[in-house]
Amino acid sequence: MNDDQSNLAETTLFRERRSRWEILVLELSKAPVSAWFGLIVIGIYCLVAIFAPLLAPYGEAEIVSTPFVPWSWEHIFGTDQIGRDIFSRLIYGARNTMGIAVITTVLSFAIGGSLGLIAAILGGWLDQFVSRVVDAIMAIPSLIFALMLLAIFGSNILSLIVIIAVLDSTRVFRLTRAVSINVVVMEFVEAATLRGERLPWIMRREILPNILPPLAAEFGLRFSFVFLTVAALSFLGLGIQPPTADWGSMVRENASLIQFAQFDLKTALTPIIPAATIGLLTVAVNMVVDWFLHQSSGLKS
Amino acid sequence: MGFVTLVVVSIIIFGVVEFLPGDFSQAILGQSATEETVAAFRKELGLDKPAHTRYFDWIGAMLQGDLGISYSGRGASGSDLSRPVIDLIAPRFWNTIFLAGVAALIAVPLALILGIFAALFRNSIFDRTVNVFSLSAISFPEFFISYLLILLFASIWPIFPSLANVSDDMSLGERLVVTALPIVTLVLITLAHMMRMTRAAIINLMASPYIEMAQLKGVSPTKIIVQHALPNAWAPIVTVIAFNLAYLVVGVVVVEIVFIYPGVGQLMVDAVTTRDIPVVQACALVFASAYILLNLIADIISIVTNPRILHPK
Repeated sequence: MNDDQSNLAETTLFRERRSRWEILVLELSKAPVSAWFGLIVIGIYCLVAIFAPLLAPYGEAEIVSTPFVPWSWEHIFGTDQIGRDIFSRLIYGARNTMGIAVITTVLSFAIGGSLGLIAAILGGWLDQFVSRVVDAIMAIPSLIFALMLLAIFGSNILSLIVIIAVLDSTRVFRLTRAVSINVVVMEFVEAATLRGERLPWIMRREILPNILPPLAAEFGLRFSFVFLTVAALSFLGLGIQPPTADWGSMVRENASLIQFAQFDLKTALTPIIPAATIGLLTVAVNMVVDWFLHQSSGLKS
Repeated sequence: MGFVTLVVVSIIIFGVVEFLPGDFSQAILGQSATEETVAAFRKELGLDKPAHTRYFDWIGAMLQGDLGISYSGRGASGSDLSRPVIDLIAPRFWNTIFLAGVAALIAVPLALILGIFAALFRNSIFDRTVNVFSLSAISFPEFFISYLLILLFASIWPIFPSLANVSDDMSLGERLVVTALPIVTLVLITLAHMMRMTRAAIINLMASPYIEMAQLKGVSPTKIIVQHALPNAWAPIVTVIAFNLAYLVVGVVVVEIVFIYPGVGQLMVDAVTTRDIPVVQACALVFASAYILLNLIADIISIVTNPRILHPK
């Protein structure tokens, strides 16, 4: 093998950069067990949510039996207070509860993220004004604020999504503003400004790619927080309204079954199951976020 | 600073009511209300006056302990069975303070001790167990923990009542037995957050150069913690505690509903369901002021223990 050939071989080797997919596969193979567990759990939840009508043995609000049937092969987790199949409602609940949480989180990132970017780029009185408003909103515990707004606008799904998204966007705003303020002072942003690029371009092409990792991690954390808030509000009877199946309200509806634990332990577990599914998803999301933060912060051992 | 926040918060709480869609008095009194009743209702609530006048009337009345009159109990025919909000809130207020106070009294010292130990024996089995436990306590919703406790200690092994039904003539001991499960739930929720943050604060502090200096000098570990670390740790720890008492405020609402405990949280949820705005406003103000007050106290304590905060570089 002469020199030319080996040089050529080296350059071609060098040219073959790993594609994004390959990097992903490589990183995944090194991921710890907890991250794998989290990813698999999230994957299963998503599949269940997407294919809910195919998986559920009965309809979402279909009354299929007498009320409070105990666990059996026909009704795996029994039936609820008006005779709807709990297992089917659990499956549909994945779709409703998770769907609302995802929409809310995306909306809160759209509001908080764009306001944060604009505040960081433009600065001045606009930045001051939005920051003070956010301070004021954050001075009230968010669940209390959400309760108050729900009292005024009434509890329906649309106002639930908007209220939680707006309240939650305050935290997204703070984070986006804090991380992008460090990027705004960089030379390439100045170059883009001098080049005459408009605000949307600078936001999207110059700054956003540089602050993506912390925002992605925050997305996971915000999602679990929103998810828990929606569940709590539904549990209080102020979130997702019946007959839509939802994990929070399912706990409330079947809570009285707990009293029968001494006679039939399985039935008494029924209200615990939807609550546990909520918790399991949050744990899974937290595990993946932990792993991701560890990866992106360069804290590799 | 805390006072300014409180004023701003009161303006927000007052202001959101202004955004009410449609004619509010019509909605409350029902379709069959006559025009005169509606007009009288509006006049009585002062809805015919401009917003800033109403705000000062409202805040002035609040300061004198007059929280307005509940909307519920009013009929379309003009009959009036409604009660002043203060009568609804006052007895419940002490119940909530009792519940949250006892929970905080148990959770704060426990969280500090566990957090400090977890930080000192980092990566030990103790640390890991505590970490796994606290992560799951954070991730699971409050009502999951409550119902699990009811299942274990009220249903399968009935040592505590599942409903926290308190009355005024109970002794302290009886009260504690009845409210044992809600208190334990609240302790678990706040404990996990507080402990994780205490741990992080201490680990942060133990990495600073002067601690390493003390270690290299050969100062004993207990002396390092008591004399070198703790005096500087008070400020972050107090901030952590105040921050986490917010979870207590939120947790109280859910826990009161689960255990049907007669507190402000339960009142607020009921009022939201019936859209009884004066009650909701008053409850929100109570929770928000409690939260702001806690943060204010935390700020004062951190400044007292660490005067450097007053003079930023």
